[in-house]
Amino acid sequence: MKVKGYVHKYGDNIDTDVIIPARYLNTSDVKELASRCMEGVDAEFAGKVRRGDIMAGGANFGCGSSREHAPIAIKESGVSCVIAKTFARIFYRNAINIGLPILECPEAAEEIRNGDEAEIDFDAGTVTDLTSGKRYKAEPFPDFIKEIISHGGLLNSIKGEKHE
Amino acid sequence: MPMTMTQKILAKHAGADSVTAGRLIKAKADMVLGNDITSPVAVNEFEKAGFDRVFDAKKIALVMDHFTPNKDVKAAEQCKQCREFAVKHGIEHFYDSGDVGVEHALLPEKGMVAPGELIIGADSHTCTYGALGAFSTGVGSTDMAAGMATGEAWFKVPEAIRFNLTGKLGENVSGKDVILSIIGLIGVDGALYKSMEFGGEGMGNLSIDDRLCMANMTVEAGGKNGIFEVDRVTLDYISDKVERDYEIFSPDKDAEYAGVFDIDLSGVKPTVAFPHLPGNTKTVGEIGDVKIDQVVIGSCTNGRLSDMRTAAEILKGKKTAKGVRCLVIPATQKIFLECIRLGYAEIFTEAGCVFNTPTCGPCLGGHTGVLAAGERCVATTNRNFVGRMGHKDSEVYLAGPAVAAYSAIAGKISAGE
Repeated sequence: MKVKGYVHKYGDNIDTDVIIPARYLNTSDVKELASRCMEGVDAEFAGKVRRGDIMAGGANFGCGSSREHAPIAIKESGVSCVIAKTFARIFYRNAINIGLPILECPEAAEEIRNGDEAEIDFDAGTVTDLTSGKRYKAEPFPDFIKEIISHGGLLNSIKGEKHE
Repeated sequence: MPMTMTQKILAKHAGADSVTAGRLIKAKADMVLGNDITSPVAVNEFEKAGFDRVFDAKKIALVMDHFTPNKDVKAAEQCKQCREFAVKHGIEHFYDSGDVGVEHALLPEKGMVAPGELIIGADSHTCTYGALGAFSTGVGSTDMAAGMATGEAWFKVPEAIRFNLTGKLGENVSGKDVILSIIGLIGVDGALYKSMEFGGEGMGNLSIDDRLCMANMTVEAGGKNGIFEVDRVTLDYISDKVERDYEIFSPDKDAEYAGVFDIDLSGVKPTVAFPHLPGNTKTVGEIGDVKIDQVVIGSCTNGRLSDMRTAAEILKGKKTAKGVRCLVIPATQKIFLECIRLGYAEIFTEAGCVFNTPTCGPCLGGHTGVLAAGERCVATTNRNFVGRMGHKDSEVYLAGPAVAAYSAIAGKISAGE
């Protein structure tokens, strides 16, 4: 699988309160959540993001609350993949569990610039900055996590097991 | 292979003799927790996936604490959805306004967590129960849905950082100052994916409330869980709360750690985390003149009876500064009632504080005390991210109950000196 899009780049410690402020968590409606995505750090994000775009962050991306509304808002806003130097652990598992592709790739997260066009090849485990022409190697997923992703999320994967 | 305390609990719940760091396991949960924000998403996913029964109606807790008493129609609808799910599946531990408390104060108080147990919760501060020698960690709503259906969760076995405690806390210094200073030391991702394991001779000088507060904030250092060894203080605390059998685990003497820190409790000073990260700490003397508009004393971090006592003793016979709103929110109904019985409610009210029933409320900018642009708040809560308590141009300063109470009187950040 490959995805391609323009990069929206943010810094270190992007927390779940800036991804989706708690005052909007009185709903689980995904469209409403997406319309507020990144409001705390980039008020224009929801208006400018296009389907397939890529989000890049620094260290400890997604730190803070366990709210799954955060990866849901990012996924629903059309983002095809989040790359970061490191992810906070609850955000990491939530993204996997709901089927939002994420990759730890410190070099790419550091060097790719805001607005660059990038392509991610999940099978090859590469991130390519099409604007600069540079290619980066990402950490591949362990098999256990590939299994969850191939089923389209955790619950489908559990259902699959029960049927086997 | 020697194991850390967390690894032993995970091995037991995975049905394995031993586990090593990095291994992916499936483990059985003794309790699956959700609140009024995360449970609706879990219920949707549970039903969408076609599950028709929960794994054990006695081992699920649904705690309506974040936006309750319902702050608006949407919040009310979310609680209603949870209530209907609880009734349909016979969930024993459903709590709403009237019997609710802030979840991580409520579960220990009700004896719902015990040493050696494994608890997952769709709330990041689920790591609080490590104070009792349990493995507990925050997960998302999908994990919660899977947990409600199967009673299991997947984990990557973590390495641990060991904190050896010595000495005794000084006056007006609490567990909050200890954990803030540790986060300041190792950083907000200093324990990323790792356990933070606490032990040592100084541990016996920390109350359960201090330990609950410290374990609570291990997630602010990126930790997967915080865990304290079990001692007399733990056993005294649970003696009138937990009737079922439980197992006490201790780390192996030769367990390997990713890092070891020696913390002398007698050297910990009143500590404040400045905006906008819990690791952005300064100690008393480095703070300068920071005028404030609001004080919040409460939350799953510092809304327990000892926190109320600390604040009440400082506020007794005093008035909050003009222009400062001071909100006192005991974390559970039981603590609320104790505050009335012990005269704290009167002290707070006479000092000019708002004294409120349990809710997470302002901690996450939900309701009952949200900030306007440019306003500053000293809070005994756990996060001071941009916009956490309201407007994105407001500021939150994290501190313990003593600094919060002194600041309410002074109208600026103060440790009372």
